[in-house]
Amino acid sequence: MKKLGRSLKYVYLGFMLLFLYLPIIYLIVFSFNDFTTGSGRRISYSNLGKWNGCTLANYGTVFSGDAGSSLLLTLEIALVSSVIATVIGTAAAIGINSMRKRPRNVVVNVSQLPMVNPDLVTGITFMMLFAFVNGLLSKIGFQISDFAKLLIAHISFSIPYVIFSVLPRLKQSSDLLYEAALDLGCSPIQALLKAVIPDIMPGISSGFIMALTMSLDDFVVSYFVADRIQPLSVYIYSNTAHGAKGVNPALATIIFIPLVSMLLIVNLRRLAKEREYEIQNKKVKMKK
Amino acid sequence: MKRKYFAYPYIVWMILFIVVPMFFIFYYAFNVDGTWTFRKCWETLTDGQKWRVLLMSVEIAFGTTAICLLLGYPIAYILSNMKKTVAGFISVLFFVPMWMNFVLRTYAWRAILEYALPDMLGFKTTLTGTVGAVLMVLVYDFLPFMVMPLYNTLSKLDKSLLEASRDLGADGKKTFFRVVLPLSVPGIVSGVTMVFVPAITAFTVPALIGNGNYNLYGNEIEQAFKVLAGKGDYSIGSTMSIILLICVLISTAVMNHFDNDKEGGSIL
Amino acid sequence: MKKILCLVLAFVLLSAFAACKSTVEVDENTFADGDQYETIGGELNVLNWGEYIDPELIELFEAETGVKVNYIEMTSNEEMLIKLRSSDSPYDLCFPSDYIIEQMIREDMLQPLDMSKIPNAKNIDPKMTEITNIFDPGNKYSLPYMWGTVGILYNTTMVDEPVTSWGILWDEKYAGQIYMYDSLRDSIGITLKYLGYEMNTRSEEEVAAARDKLIEQAPLRKGWGTDDLRATMENGKAAMCVIYSGDAFCSMDAVEDLAYAVPDEGSNVWFDNVIIPKTAKNIEAAHAFINFLNDGNIAARNTEYIYYSTPNKAAMERLDTYFTENETYNPPQEVLDRCEIFHDLGDFTDVFTKAWSAIKSAN
Repeated sequence: MKKLGRSLKYVYLGFMLLFLYLPIIYLIVFSFNDFTTGSGRRISYSNLGKWNGCTLANYGTVFSGDAGSSLLLTLEIALVSSVIATVIGTAAAIGINSMRKRPRNVVVNVSQLPMVNPDLVTGITFMMLFAFVNGLLSKIGFQISDFAKLLIAHISFSIPYVIFSVLPRLKQSSDLLYEAALDLGCSPIQALLKAVIPDIMPGISSGFIMALTMSLDDFVVSYFVADRIQPLSVYIYSNTAHGAKGVNPALATIIFIPLVSMLLIVNLRRLAKEREYEIQNKKVKMKK
Repeated sequence: MKRKYFAYPYIVWMILFIVVPMFFIFYYAFNVDGTWTFRKCWETLTDGQKWRVLLMSVEIAFGTTAICLLLGYPIAYILSNMKKTVAGFISVLFFVPMWMNFVLRTYAWRAILEYALPDMLGFKTTLTGTVGAVLMVLVYDFLPFMVMPLYNTLSKLDKSLLEASRDLGADGKKTFFRVVLPLSVPGIVSGVTMVFVPAITAFTVPALIGNGNYNLYGNEIEQAFKVLAGKGDYSIGSTMSIILLICVLISTAVMNHFDNDKEGGSIL
Repeated sequence: MKKILCLVLAFVLLSAFAACKSTVEVDENTFADGDQYETIGGELNVLNWGEYIDPELIELFEAETGVKVNYIEMTSNEEMLIKLRSSDSPYDLCFPSDYIIEQMIREDMLQPLDMSKIPNAKNIDPKMTEITNIFDPGNKYSLPYMWGTVGILYNTTMVDEPVTSWGILWDEKYAGQIYMYDSLRDSIGITLKYLGYEMNTRSEEEVAAARDKLIEQAPLRKGWGTDDLRATMENGKAAMCVIYSGDAFCSMDAVEDLAYAVPDEGSNVWFDNVIIPKTAKNIEAAHAFINFLNDGNIAARNTEYIYYSTPNKAAMERLDTYFTENETYNPPQEVLDRCEIFHDLGDFTDVFTKAWSAIKSAN
């Protein structure tokens, strides 16, 4: 009975994972589909339902048109914005942690705003802000570029995720660490880098990953903010909601496989290491 | 140097890019072509059509959240009872699909619902354009946001409490409803918030999966900005954004009422 | 930390991968009149509909003039208006539809074209400029780029009667197999036509009647779509849909079972014209690009790629009879005679927008 319960659990988990990965697998399978036959002179990737035979052709054209530059832009924005958000957010968390209760509550509450604020409203407010600022700046012949707009917007909505994953770590770490480092002759920056940061590193790295994820997953904010350049999500949206050609499914594989395999390797290695450690522990216990 | 100074760059950033932008929607809601007026705003507020759309969006968001909770809680619960390392690995698996942008995943669902599934089941028409399809893809998009906070809360539960409950004679069911469930409320709260808020404003899924049949509040706002702003009129969209913001703030306030841990750390 | 480093590495690799781009070779007989283009340089920001130009032509223009073309796609006329209105609008060239141009001229958003820099404008069919004259008197601000009609694309295996009336969209026989065009002016416009009214009506009762008619259609309607309707039709997932002639032609080219008809009640004939907004920066390059697009050979290549009808006479002469003898691509005069052009509705837009919101919420 118990065994049945356990296997039921695994079946449920497997089923849910299948649900989550089904569309991805579907895209990856169809990235090998031959789209040229059957539909006239022009390739239409919207024809994602009919299997016409296997080909690698889609991978040859995967970066044609705007897809390549869109993907590049998405990656750049994700990487740069999450690095900056992590730096500012970590510093902010350290500062907030040592604030007095009232100002601290104010900052924490305002920081929660972007997290509960609908993406749509965030995107629109940024659109208005940048239009206004650029209107002012145009008088002195200066403009905020689209790249900078996207970057600012992405940093802004990911900072809170960094702050709220670093704060709990800071609470667990001792307040005295920083003071002790100062007493031992460190400069404040040194004390931060050598004593505080290593202690809260797990929080920082999970904050960084959150920021990265939020940036990669974003569509709505970019949609409203960028005019001249299109991140991948906007490119995909305009090509599927309004485009007849659709999106080359090979893009999915190109994005997905490297990132996922990297993640799996890192995690599996950690798993293996911990298992080794456990076995050794057991041996030690047995010897005793 | 005091440590609180480290927060100052962020505070400047916060004021510039979180607080100031919020003022713009208020400015544009009450200011049409440079003059202050409540007329436009009032017109929007008294437009019954828009409220009906909002009601429908709330219903769909509510449905999405409920299904996500029902599906996500067992996942988080099972994971929290597994060995830490394995659970950590599997929880990463739930997180990874988000690395592929949700528009791309939604696009894939469209292909599945439009061609693959109907062809397999022998249907003549597509499965897109139905409320069921919209709900399913919304659940799909937001399920990870429900699982993550729930898993984090449940995995931090003190296991000795469960043992104590069992020792005191409670059966599994009782332990779950009397001990586990109440203790996981913070996770439920942040999970529900993280699903409900984006679900209420979703406009991509109705557009891509709903065949344009479901005009939700997000679509209405997008339309207001994309169409009417062409005429230089931001008022309607801004007013609708404010209404939305108020709805969201009320719902978060209500949710926070159930949750004593106000730091918000439970989201992660 | 290692995890993050790995991630960063994966990103850098991916980026390097994505940065690769192909180049397109330039042919010698590319231009009809053996035109030579001067090197202009700088950037040209073009705002156009998705897939509305042969991308090779852009690369060709870039190679000829040294101008870097940024091709930005728009999904609706209204979206384009917002982008052009924004105080930091960067666009030098744009392809809006007829009624929007009328509005833009009224609002003084457009720059008069310098015809001395567009010698190839002579290639444009005078029959076409006669029509565009209606919304842009004297064709001072715009030149036609592509044109077409609105009609019904239907699958002959599912619809075996001739399509002669918009009424077929309300026929219960086809319940659940009808798609409408997801655009305010087009959908309300054809319904007005069906009810025997003008498309550019200023009567609230007539719009209300059209609105009720479209709400009544809801149970029969499978959904709304735009360019994606092509794939739906090609895959046989719907019996009929309202669509632009160019898209219809493209689908018919791919699948034999499809046919296109402009109903007898009349329909809309539309033009997408090229314009230069007042805020344009690289005006020199913008004119050169317009001239380039109107070259007989280039226009022919472009229309062969897009499948939308070209107003360019020189291009029509070069086209295959597959195009010129097709009634969808090149509609006969009697079809044009029963078609109307859209006009800007001005303040009356509000009435249409409200009706549209009610229509879209009905299901």
